[in-house]
Amino acid sequence: MIRPCPLLLDRSAAPLPPEAHMMKFSTLMRKPADWMQGQGGDSSIVLSSRIRLARNINEYAFPGWAAKDDRVHVLHDLKSTLEALPEMKDAFSADLQNLTSIEKQVLVERHLISREHAAKSNGSAAIVNRKQSLSIMVNEEDHLRMQAIRPGLRLREAYELLDKVDTDLETEVVYAFDNTLGYLTACPTNLGTGLRASVMLHLPALVLSEQINQVIQAVNKIGFAVRGLYGEGTEALANLFQVSNQTTLGDKELEIVARLEKIVQQIIQHEENARAKLGEEKRTTLNDQIGRAFAILKYSHIISSKEALNLLSMIRLGCDLGYFPPENGGLANLLLMEIQPAHLQIEAKRKLSAEERDALRAEITRRKLRNLPEPGHPAASGDGDGGDHDPINWNDE
Amino acid sequence: MQKCDVCNDQEATVFLTQIVDGKMQKVNLCQACADEKGVDDPTGFALADLLLGLGSQEAVKKSSDEAVCEECGFTQSDFKKTGRLGCAGCYNIFGDGLDSLLKAMHKGTRHVGKVPVPFQHTKELQERIQRLQGELDTAVADEAFETAASLRDEIKTLETEAAKAGA
Repeated sequence: MIRPCPLLLDRSAAPLPPEAHMMKFSTLMRKPADWMQGQGGDSSIVLSSRIRLARNINEYAFPGWAAKDDRVHVLHDLKSTLEALPEMKDAFSADLQNLTSIEKQVLVERHLISREHAAKSNGSAAIVNRKQSLSIMVNEEDHLRMQAIRPGLRLREAYELLDKVDTDLETEVVYAFDNTLGYLTACPTNLGTGLRASVMLHLPALVLSEQINQVIQAVNKIGFAVRGLYGEGTEALANLFQVSNQTTLGDKELEIVARLEKIVQQIIQHEENARAKLGEEKRTTLNDQIGRAFAILKYSHIISSKEALNLLSMIRLGCDLGYFPPENGGLANLLLMEIQPAHLQIEAKRKLSAEERDALRAEITRRKLRNLPEPGHPAASGDGDGGDHDPINWNDE
Repeated sequence: MQKCDVCNDQEATVFLTQIVDGKMQKVNLCQACADEKGVDDPTGFALADLLLGLGSQEAVKKSSDEAVCEECGFTQSDFKKTGRLGCAGCYNIFGDGLDSLLKAMHKGTRHVGKVPVPFQHTKELQERIQRLQGELDTAVADEAFETAASLRDEIKTLETEAAKAGA
């Protein structure tokens, strides 16, 4: 079995006092991050940009194979190092066994931890910085899964933020690294850079015009993945799609980032074309979809998560296309999160049945949309040269 | 005659081809090696398993014909089951066989990105050794033995340094 070996280069650092200075869960809950509220984004089509790095500690078995004692040991040694990072000042830090399943689910709904991580307990932890732009999962599939998230198409900024944390850490702990294979990860699909760059896109017009499958196929063909709202194997709710790199070995980090950026820009272009075309050719359908979304969200008393998310997508599209005053743009974003099951139950301060959730969800959307004026009907845009229906052709290389 | 990929001695008589994610993998075996690897039912047989066992002779327990990581006890069938490896050391054990999987999965098989500071020195040394090795091969081919001797000494010094730095 694995030899016991000093994990930290310097073990002399005194342990920090237990969590006295850390951010409380209630504070995290109360203050959603800028990117969750749709602030700071430069494109209404791109919600957020995310970078994830997978790292492991040398001489310890990967979390999925390690004995429980080893996992606890790795966590114990890593935690104080992570909490002491300058970026993690006053962070939220918790061992997963100390969080309720609803609290863990809130972190998933905010994209701060993965669904897989939420299922873990003893020997795993989550650390989230105060701004909720940076999160670190300890003992997920790898010892460290670190993530930076920024609003809009800002992959480089997210990478720089995370790279700094990674560089700080590499002198504190000994990473599992090989000069040929790069960062060694539990799954060979993450080998090399250990980097996953992903961008969350809102693509309602490509869905409405039934071009989305074509786009997904084109993106897949050049080695990028398209996933739903909550990652692998999830449904594309609210017309939200995550595009991310699939290969991690053989390219430099910033090459991966630049390629994804280029692809995203092309997708944005296609979405804009599709929006212009819808406006010209299917104005009535568009008016109908946005009007219905407005009416149902504003007046319903029972609404499922799926229905609400898909209707909020139409409200967001309506904001982008001038059906609603522009200051309402962030409304749909924030609601996307607030009407999720765990957020609802925290709000209600108790466990809710599915029926109770549907009722509370409708109550919240009614309240939030109370001041939203009836959708106007913007004049058809005159500059509509977006109608050219070019076949989707990606010139990646 | 096409030689067996495993023993590299006997004539290959068993030819395996498998397409994984659109990439073709081929392995040619002699009858003896095919029997030893248990290739009798091609339908229930993953080429990846076989590839994982190639080239890591010291780690392969001949009796059970399954590679085991000495550091963490992880086996080839654990990899097949989970798709994950057990520890960093597993890459040394299963590494050679992984190459073809990595080729199918990634853009390249060599890391060209970030190198953590503590590893930068050994990486540089390794690259220098590799370059000198190339020069040495040329020198030997050209029968420039004096140059070859000094290159060999230089490589030796660097290797000692690399071993020290890597420890």
